[in-house]
Amino acid sequence: MIALDDTDRAILRALEQDATLSAGALGRRVGLSQPACWRRIQRLTEQGAIAGRRLELDLAAVGFGVTVFLGIKIGTRGRVSLEDFERAVTAIPEVQVVQHVLGVFDYRIKVRARDIADFERILRRRILTLPGIGQVEANVLLSEERLPGPLG
Amino acid sequence: MQIDDTDRRILRNLLADPAMAVAALAERAGITTATCWRRIEKLREAGVIRGTQAVIDWRRLGWEIEVSLRFTLDKTHPRAFDEFIAAARLVPEVLEIQTFLGQTDVRLNVIARDMEHWKEIYRDRILTLPHIQDTEALMLVSSIKDTTELPL
Repeated sequence: MIALDDTDRAILRALEQDATLSAGALGRRVGLSQPACWRRIQRLTEQGAIAGRRLELDLAAVGFGVTVFLGIKIGTRGRVSLEDFERAVTAIPEVQVVQHVLGVFDYRIKVRARDIADFERILRRRILTLPGIGQVEANVLLSEERLPGPLG
Repeated sequence: MQIDDTDRRILRNLLADPAMAVAALAERAGITTATCWRRIEKLREAGVIRGTQAVIDWRRLGWEIEVSLRFTLDKTHPRAFDEFIAAARLVPEVLEIQTFLGQTDVRLNVIARDMEHWKEIYRDRILTLPHIQDTEALMLVSSIKDTTELPL
């Protein structure tokens, strides 16, 4: 586990908002010189506190206006290999997230589609044909917001 | 803004690697670095690119538990969504708030240090949120796929 001090937390909070901030600009915000701030960012990245970057797009503007989350249960009849299911579901290009979960469903997946008709196509041709697929519940995303998390 | 095939090529590569240098992006999109730079600026100004954020690896920081909490709200109350969401924003362990059309009304992505900590957050800060009619938890076992890439 990585131990953070207040300055590390301030840096992470700022980079969560804007990862393109320069070490100089970020340093001024948190009270560090440019080289000192750069070294901190390097350390946080090397230690793995920063896993990477995420590009946020206006998805409707690039033609992917519909996001659907699916809860999936694996059918119990017959012996189903979870590996086969996982391999097949991750190969679907419109599926961005696949999570193995514990609860009323076995998997949670996130599908990005161009519109509802496109979603229906993906659901019928790609999802409902997956090996071992059982019950499926769909929820269409209306709004989404990300919060900074416990870095206070 | 209308985006064309060159924009889509730039965005596809940026989604795959948001830290990619403009020169490398330009080469992949088959344009000059200066043109690529101008196009990215235009995409930003038009709001197609909303920003780039650092992704925090909470597990590395000692947050071992991640739970997807699905809620049905009491919709007889006209301000149920607004009040629930406003209160959820104040819980530091909440990373994401999403609203849906479907059986689920709202979903919160919540992290905790361990099971003991999770029980405490769940009892003291989640179940006390206003207008909950029903809730269901999906505990993350493993993340099989997590990408923002799109088949543009």
